[in-house]
Amino acid sequence: MLFRFLVGGFVVSVFSALADVLRPRSLAGLFGAAPSVALATLGLTIAGNGVVYASLEARSMIGGAVALFVYTYLATWMMFRYKPSALLVTAGLLAVWLSSAFAVWSLVLK
Amino acid sequence: MLVKFELSSLKRTRWYEVFVRFLFGGLATVATGMIAKCYGPVIGGLFLAFPALFPASATLVEKHEKEKRQRTGLNGIRRARNAVALEARGATMGSIGLAAFAIVVWQFLSGGNVWVVLATATLAWLAISVLIWLMRRFNP
Repeated sequence: MLFRFLVGGFVVSVFSALADVLRPRSLAGLFGAAPSVALATLGLTIAGNGVVYASLEARSMIGGAVALFVYTYLATWMMFRYKPSALLVTAGLLAVWLSSAFAVWSLVLK
Repeated sequence: MLVKFELSSLKRTRWYEVFVRFLFGGLATVATGMIAKCYGPVIGGLFLAFPALFPASATLVEKHEKEKRQRTGLNGIRRARNAVALEARGATMGSIGLAAFAIVVWQFLSGGNVWVVLATATLAWLAISVLIWLMRRFNP
């Protein structure tokens, strides 16, 4: 578990550093949806559980990406329209990500 | 505006901000593994695209942009929140690339070399995300 934590922390930090130095902002924002956790997790999953298990995870990840699209689209709209605190919007909308992801799961993946 | 690398922004990043990102990244990876272990790969896979780091990153962008403006004597809150909105817009485009990453891994992992498939999937994410960004930039 410690190894998983260290690998995940490292991969996420590398992608975050890239986002920090890239300009313009909208281009840097692409890295907000970088496959950093996925790369760390899939690499370890393949080693521990094999490629069939990891393929199933990747199939579900498509649903997670759809939920991420909904989440970031709403965050963009709310930040431009109402200018609230970033933490309030991005943390508050996590419930929308969860609902969207489970909606995709129950409609398509279940 | 041209695409550029602003290395000076790394100097504004404090050690605790690097620590927070490392911590959130590590915790997200551990949590995803535990969810997959408890509920199986179908549920666990959803969380490979969970925006675990996004609230922390957006808050840091807001803070940095506000501080930058305040150094020139301006309030900067409005500008900082616009910067967060632009980052979120970029992430929306990136999420389409992320779906492409997942499709490549799902379709090719069973029959191909693991590292080649993961590298190809990462390139697919980058290429599709940047292509959408360019299309939007030149056809707003």
